[in-house]
Amino acid sequence: MRVTALAAAAAMALTACAASEREGGGGEATGSDEGGRDTFIFAASADPASLDPAFANDGESFRVARQIFEGLVGTQPGTADPAPLLAEDWEVSEDGLTYTFDLKEDVTFHDGTPFDGEAVCANFERWNNFTGIQQSESLSYYWQKVNGGFASSDVPELDGTGKYDSCEAPDASTAVITMKSPLPEFISALSLPAFSMQSPTAMEEYGADDVTGAADAPILPEYATAHPTGTGPYVFESWTSGQEVVLVGNPDYWGEQGQIQRIVFPVISDATARRQALQAGDIDGYDLVGPADVVALEEEGFQIVNREPFNILYLGMNQANPELADLKVRQAIAHAINKEALVAQTLPEGTEVATNFVPPSVAGWSDQVATYEYDPEKAKALLAEAGKSNLTIDFNYPTNVSRPYMPTPEQVFQSISADLQEVGITINPVPEPWSPEYLDRMQGTPDHGLHLLGWTGDYNDTYNFIGVFFGAPANEWGFNDPELFEMIGDARYQTSVEDQTAAYEAANEAILERLPGVPLAHPVPSLAFSPKVHEYPASPVQDEVFNVITLDD
Amino acid sequence: MARLVLQRLALLIPTLFGLSILLFLWVRALPGGPATALLGERATPEAVERLNRLYGFDQPLHEQYVRWLGQLLQGNFGVSSRTRLPVLEEFLNRFPATIELTILALVIAVGVGIPLGYVAARYRGRFLDHGTVVASLIGVTIPVFFLAFLLKYLFAVQLGWFPSAGRQSPAMIATHPTGFYVLDGLLTREWDAAWDALLHLVLPALALGSIPLAIIARITRASVIEVQSADYVRTAKAKGLKAPRLRRRVVLRNAMLPVATTIGLQVGLLLSGAVLTETVFAFNGIGSFLADAVFDLDYAVLQGFILFIAVVYALANLAVDISYGIIDPRMRARR
Repeated sequence: MRVTALAAAAAMALTACAASEREGGGGEATGSDEGGRDTFIFAASADPASLDPAFANDGESFRVARQIFEGLVGTQPGTADPAPLLAEDWEVSEDGLTYTFDLKEDVTFHDGTPFDGEAVCANFERWNNFTGIQQSESLSYYWQKVNGGFASSDVPELDGTGKYDSCEAPDASTAVITMKSPLPEFISALSLPAFSMQSPTAMEEYGADDVTGAADAPILPEYATAHPTGTGPYVFESWTSGQEVVLVGNPDYWGEQGQIQRIVFPVISDATARRQALQAGDIDGYDLVGPADVVALEEEGFQIVNREPFNILYLGMNQANPELADLKVRQAIAHAINKEALVAQTLPEGTEVATNFVPPSVAGWSDQVATYEYDPEKAKALLAEAGKSNLTIDFNYPTNVSRPYMPTPEQVFQSISADLQEVGITINPVPEPWSPEYLDRMQGTPDHGLHLLGWTGDYNDTYNFIGVFFGAPANEWGFNDPELFEMIGDARYQTSVEDQTAAYEAANEAILERLPGVPLAHPVPSLAFSPKVHEYPASPVQDEVFNVITLDD
Repeated sequence: MARLVLQRLALLIPTLFGLSILLFLWVRALPGGPATALLGERATPEAVERLNRLYGFDQPLHEQYVRWLGQLLQGNFGVSSRTRLPVLEEFLNRFPATIELTILALVIAVGVGIPLGYVAARYRGRFLDHGTVVASLIGVTIPVFFLAFLLKYLFAVQLGWFPSAGRQSPAMIATHPTGFYVLDGLLTREWDAAWDALLHLVLPALALGSIPLAIIARITRASVIEVQSADYVRTAKAKGLKAPRLRRRVVLRNAMLPVATTIGLQVGLLLSGAVLTETVFAFNGIGSFLADAVFDLDYAVLQGFILFIAVVYALANLAVDISYGIIDPRMRARR
């Protein structure tokens, strides 16, 4: 009893002296009921890794960064094609080494710093001069990946190996970037949030480059946790780790400000909890909707928005395996698979059957490739021709994993192996945990047969798909075909868009002729929203800025 | 009493040391590693190797352990590989949430469990007693996460009486001087924020408190039944002590000793139950953070958080031991 009284007295005393900070600061309407109209609540599956997008490579960081920041290059709405953003226009020199950007004028960063040529150069120079811990793959992943190195590094393979050379700002509205050697995917890559323009003043003030901690455990500086400063339609307000990120409208935005004045990203890591939060009306929308939830949500009156797929799921056929070295056997397998049934049974609604190893929205996708239609009889005949009517083959697939391009690997395996058994192939299933066993076996050893794998693209670049797969000899595929490697490499360095597209189309046709694997599908990623949300700008590369969204009351 | 406390605290040191070795080995026996978790499907072997070198995973196990222990002793619990914030900071940020949740769960468990057990004992063999026994049996056997899902589905998704996730409504603008959201709302007189935070606590606390509630009810019932038939109760009755006074002063007080022990033991159960409950309700406490750390193989967080939880558990048990002295004067006399 005494204890209770004491606690009550203490609480009263504290209450008396702790003035509400809210009373002074605006006295905005609070409470979930009144949060409607201009507040948009979108559940995140995790915290952002970093609010400084130059030190991030994950979807949740980029989702937040897209609202706060803008890059020189954006994308055409709904596509992956590059479009002007902070650069209104650009020119590439004949040799592919000099890029001249015409910058948008009268744009300022959230802290009032003007956006100009100097600011552009400050950003490029910053990325190229990352040192020590900043060069960690978990931080400056994309600069490392796209540029290929840094101005200097302790790691020999990154030391001065980058393609970027220098940046100049002849006047306030121009930036000229010079390369040491051509980087054909440069413009497309600039649409990544990792290459957003950030305020040089704010970066200086809040020590954006002061990554501390030991090499094994970098600690991000204040800038990356509390002061991200860009030119975008939303200004950072707060981040409570594990709980939420809050952004508010930028009153000085150069473009359309739109209806949404406040964005809250509550962190809900469990997929079921995200769905239920939407059903309970606690959030307005969420990403990565499970295929099983799509139909249920639609029936309950929620909106499902599909992004155009920017991925590929394929069946690999390792030619280091003697049985699969025979083209006829590979063709037989391709003809034996019923892709339509596979898509209908195991992948989300709206998924397209794949014919190329790139999605249709990527340049170089060809409608002239060999397609290997479903034909079990032809498959049997091809196997007989090859003298492999009693074929037994290993089929590797990962367990306990869900990738954006492959929500349920076990089901995909079941469907395909049933098709193959139908034409007389005996399957020896080899299930393995995704990481590290499965990935190590695919990429590190020649010891596998058929296997399931895929890829989600980063930006509109054909090389980002087929170059990664077939640009060089790889354990995954087990073949060495210099002619094909050269075709893909040549296509990459074409300077005119028309020539490059034609060259990639030819490369895709050559790949399907050789049939190192069977492209299966481009599974569609889905978002879910409450009925009051309109005009969500779904983008294949997730370039989705919330200022265009409208909300009903 | 002071000696008891000191003794128990001294015993904590070897316990934590042993736990640190177990933890270290267990975490490293988990499949995969942060390198593959971070880099995904197209990681080149060189990149994986570089990252492993960075994290020190290429060194012999005992050297890694000594290095880790050395850092621990300097108060450096490492940095989360996922959030890149110091583990200690992450723990302190989230601990208030879990304390808030645990306290409410315990209040529900004790506040409902003891009266329920007592009533069942008084009306022993009658309908009320049978009902309580069956209900507490269900309470003990039903998995926490299942109950959490059930409560959430019914009261948040279907009926909409309570929020389904988080600690505060996303649209709520509130200040948080202490990190205990309900208390924060009271301190800053943001009554709507305090109410909102309390509403967010109800369902998770009910789910989390269910098993302790059932256990406490059963123990109370058994203990009261035993005390009721004790000689001293019969004597007191014979001496003419009135029934209400007898029940309060003699029966209940004597029956509370085993119940206090049980409550102390529930703290461990509550902390482990928080992992599941917090995940289901996206409640940002140490439990949900720990669950995410398992999936992301966040070694530093797994090691640090489990050590901290062990310390909290040991201290809670110590507090129970001390409380014996308050309930039972005989304990004070004993050495």
